[in-house]
Amino acid sequence: MQGIGVSPGISIGKAYVLRQRKEAASGTVLSDEAAVLQEIGRYREAVRSSVEEVQELFENVAGEERDILEVQLELLQDPQMESDVLARISSDKMTARDAVLMVIGLAVQVFEQMEDEYLKARAADVQDAGSRMVRNLSGIAASTTGTGIPRSGSGDDEGLIIIAEDLSPSDTIGMHRSKVHGFATQSGGKTSHVAIVARLRGLPAVVGCGGELGRIVDGDLIVLDGSHGLVLVNPAAAIIEEYRKKREILIQEVRRLAALKDQPAVTTDGVRIELLANIATAEDMDQALALGAEGVGLLRTELLFMDRDSFPTEDEQVRYYKTILLRAGNRMVTIRTLDIGGDKPLPYLELPEEDNPFLGYRAIRICLDRKDIFLTQLRAILRASAFGKCRIMLPMISGVQEVRQARVVLEEAKEELLGSGITFDTSIKMGIMIEVPSAAVIADLLAREADFFSIGTNDLCQYVLAADRMNKQIKDLYDPYHPAVLRLIRYVIEQGHLQGIPVGMCGELAGDPQATSLLLGMGLKEFSMSAPSIPAIKDILIRSSETAARKNFQL
Amino acid sequence: MITRDFTILAPEGMHARPATALVKLARQFQSDILLKKGIKEVKMNSLLNILSMGVKGGEVVTVLMEGVDETAAAEALDTFFKQGLKDW
Repeated sequence: MQGIGVSPGISIGKAYVLRQRKEAASGTVLSDEAAVLQEIGRYREAVRSSVEEVQELFENVAGEERDILEVQLELLQDPQMESDVLARISSDKMTARDAVLMVIGLAVQVFEQMEDEYLKARAADVQDAGSRMVRNLSGIAASTTGTGIPRSGSGDDEGLIIIAEDLSPSDTIGMHRSKVHGFATQSGGKTSHVAIVARLRGLPAVVGCGGELGRIVDGDLIVLDGSHGLVLVNPAAAIIEEYRKKREILIQEVRRLAALKDQPAVTTDGVRIELLANIATAEDMDQALALGAEGVGLLRTELLFMDRDSFPTEDEQVRYYKTILLRAGNRMVTIRTLDIGGDKPLPYLELPEEDNPFLGYRAIRICLDRKDIFLTQLRAILRASAFGKCRIMLPMISGVQEVRQARVVLEEAKEELLGSGITFDTSIKMGIMIEVPSAAVIADLLAREADFFSIGTNDLCQYVLAADRMNKQIKDLYDPYHPAVLRLIRYVIEQGHLQGIPVGMCGELAGDPQATSLLLGMGLKEFSMSAPSIPAIKDILIRSSETAARKNFQL
Repeated sequence: MITRDFTILAPEGMHARPATALVKLARQFQSDILLKKGIKEVKMNSLLNILSMGVKGGEVVTVLMEGVDETAAAEALDTFFKQGLKDW
């Protein structure tokens, strides 16, 4: 059976078929006011129990699963839903159960008719909240899983593959973790909840299998291939054996990548490449180290400035940088100075309305204009530098003058600290991001001013190609493999190395497995990416030869 | 009454998560807050209502606020639409 594979991996297990009860309205007409009041009371009671049930599910869940439950809580207590249901009870004399069925049914229809795939999938959230209410109104005592799958182990550890028409968000979350080994559903798409939850738990899932899935009965042996969207029912022994082997290989692949953690990234011809992480918080730092990052190629400091009413004080900033530096141990942390602008405003910083925030007053341009903000951040970074290894990175540099001006402020910060007898790393390095085309073109000149380069491919690409990467209509134009972008990248690496300064990359291209060989061939030595990409990129690097990559690379 | 226009910066539009945050934010104010897109107009206290408007990325919505704390509400929503939604 072919469906849409929404979460990769292979599982082999017994089918566990969930059948949804089809709820029909009773058509009962309430006889008098007393009955109306009683039904209103029953409705409120059902809301209360439903909310309690969902709150119980919150135990042991995190991240996106929490978000799904938050939506459930919100829908169960939705004022629009409430007033619609109450109107059906009072004016149309419906029972609470019939009223909920009617109101939910109409709302589900509205979502199902939407064009947007994501919003269409919200019908499942509404249906989920509604079904829970109806179950509570029907007086069916349900376990919080709502599916009859035990939440705790019973000694039988054979894996189950859940087969269903569709799975409600809270059902998926409530299912027992070690027993469920995969999901297959008749309906649904890439954005359905079962897809999200399965990916979070690393379980294979196939959705959109169609009506054929309905033929599966409890206990059928199922082979689920989430990478290829396949569901095999009671396949021949030889096929099962084949998939067992494939599964073993996949598991070993995951283990093998994990085992690369402490192995340095050295190419087959002995070239040492540094793999760094892009992070924003101390938690990111821990994850990065767990995945084998050798340092931080980009610490975004914007988070520290957002969600508050005023600028963080120097002391607050010192604490933030210090925590991360201490966790990094002796590894280099590249701290990028404030990168804000019209598209990333701060509530307490008045910025003029701009027609083109991406070409406007932002990042280093604000810092050089508002020296007070810049000086405070530089002083904080310097003070933190006593607790670890760090370097300063300036965003959005477009010319030589900006680097020189920034150096003047840095020297001022250093003198102030020296004057107060505060210790810091006096030889701290100051480098720049190459993300504005003008900076890339004069990389030869900038290499004499900056201590290092880091190529920000995301902005460089959109500036070079004049293509907003968030604009869906021109998404094909945003192409980091465009020769204009690649030529600039090559030039920046070459010029940096001619001047003897390190050149790294912290844009998305650095974590793209398709680009690894190309960048290696251009001579890039520092790759900085989101931590989960590190093992796969390392795996490519240790099997590559730089000499061969250089030969293959021609532009 | 205060009226403000906002462009939805999140490319994927008004998804469940930012919409939930928006409902919770709107609830903190006593003012009546309405969300308007084209001819559709709904109260901002209901997730169901907000989601059913099907607001897409890049679309412009109008928010109408009326009540004792309308100025504070306008400020909070301003921040939300200009930065909060985008980071969701």
